[in-house]
Amino acid sequence: MGDLTEIAKKTNLFNCLECGKCTSVCPISRFGGQYSPRLMITRSIQGHYDELLVDRQIWTCLTCGMCNVHCPSDVHYTEFTRLARIESNRSGQEGLCSHGGVFQSLTKIMTSSNLKQNRMDWASSDLKISKGGEFLYFVGCLPYFDVFFSDIGVESLEIAKSVIKILNHLGIEPVLLPNERCCGHDLFWTGDMINFQRLAEHNVAEIKKSGAKTVLFSCPECYRTFKLDYPQYVGELGFDVIHLSEFLAGKVANNALKFHALKKGVTYQDPCRLGRHLGIYDPPRQLLTQIPGLTLLEMPKSREMAICCGTSCWTNCDLTSKQIQLGRLRSAKQTGADLLVTGCPKCYIHFKCAQSDQNAADEVKIEIEDLATLTAEALI
Amino acid sequence: MAQKKIKKNGFHPKIVAFACNWCSYAGADNAGVNRIQYSPHFRVIRTMCSGRVKPGFILKAFQLGADGVLVSGCHFGDCHYIFGNERAVELFEKTKKMIRLLGLEEKRLRLEWISAAEGTRWGQIIDEFVDEVTQLGPSPLVSEKTK
Ligand code: FES
Repeated sequence: MGDLTEIAKKTNLFNCLECGKCTSVCPISRFGGQYSPRLMITRSIQGHYDELLVDRQIWTCLTCGMCNVHCPSDVHYTEFTRLARIESNRSGQEGLCSHGGVFQSLTKIMTSSNLKQNRMDWASSDLKISKGGEFLYFVGCLPYFDVFFSDIGVESLEIAKSVIKILNHLGIEPVLLPNERCCGHDLFWTGDMINFQRLAEHNVAEIKKSGAKTVLFSCPECYRTFKLDYPQYVGELGFDVIHLSEFLAGKVANNALKFHALKKGVTYQDPCRLGRHLGIYDPPRQLLTQIPGLTLLEMPKSREMAICCGTSCWTNCDLTSKQIQLGRLRSAKQTGADLLVTGCPKCYIHFKCAQSDQNAADEVKIEIEDLATLTAEALI
Repeated sequence: MAQKKIKKNGFHPKIVAFACNWCSYAGADNAGVNRIQYSPHFRVIRTMCSGRVKPGFILKAFQLGADGVLVSGCHFGDCHYIFGNERAVELFEKTKKMIRLLGLEEKRLRLEWISAAEGTRWGQIIDEFVDEVTQLGPSPLVSEKTK
């Protein structure tokens, strides 16, 4: 059924030495017992690849990229997982959807060409946006998250509002796309390439139509997808992409942002898409350390060692996910910080959800705030 | 009345009707037993309780080409699981907001309480709903569903 040779070539599968480093750093293996990246590779190489394609475990990987970083033989395990999922998906398999499959359906609905969304209501009049211009802000799925996760106290749209506030502070009035679609990140990582391609084409076409030269992202997943994956599937983009943290790090370097003091100890959760996938570790930290009064307290595992927030692509949320999240929250609390700063709306949601458990102990109770919201709060 | 309108513009909507096992499904059954004549343009999905109908179910129905979705359950106080239908209201409100964001008309979504004895009412509500959705025309999301 599956063609392993092609995939193995692309991902250096046959380089595997079975050293098991991948499994020892894998956050799922740590708590989830059954799952082992090393065994997944060994099984494939030893002729059981077809079996793997119908195995639930193919959907377990968080694609956080921890194993890639540690592999001494340069095996790209996350890419292997992704390619195998494409084949698995073709034969009708899929991961276990969390939240009743609402986000999976949502992204698929977004591929419809007749879609006319109503997603701009949040952009109130005090936020200055313009109809046309060179600078576009890609909001992502925040309006949907805002509705869906309101009951666990997550106001996702605060992120979008804060981004606009910061940009306005810098004298920029960004363009927003009224019919922007999901970037397709989750489809890309769960093997649905047909729908991914459709979303990519829609989004790139709309941005081109708007005439924007630079597109700014607050969501690391959208950013990664545009930066690394879109060019491979829809050709050259024809506009620049930049993440909010990179953009602002450049601005704080020449003092364009005026902050008032915030007396707080903060710790920062590196999102896997921004960190390990794109290597952006310093810009968010430069931004945070520029806010007067803020002290950055690092968790023992940070930067390329940062532990993932426990769930990806809205699939397979289970006890293992919860344990990863609680472990991470505990670690954040142990730094002595008052605030855990996240750079990805999904990390924010996942941690908030883990805390909303009524039995959650005090050792995981730490305030959580998004990087954009915190930055906007510190502006004069 | 409903039938006439449908014939006029040649469009038959596809409606997905979620019905809880203890009241509304029995209500639909009752409509059949009593030979109530009403529109056939709906498909029933039986759930144990209206509280089981998550936003994901409704979006999935739209994703697969439904033109309208009806969620139905027991009247307040009658839910077999005591507060299941109260939960259904919360979920329904959330779904409604998402449907709005997606630009779908809110009229394509409906929540009704129908008891096991209300066969006539089941028929009336389906007729009314089919009528309304027929006026709205096909869901804008239908065209791409199968690709
Ligand atoms: S059992 Fe009918 S609504 Fe709960």
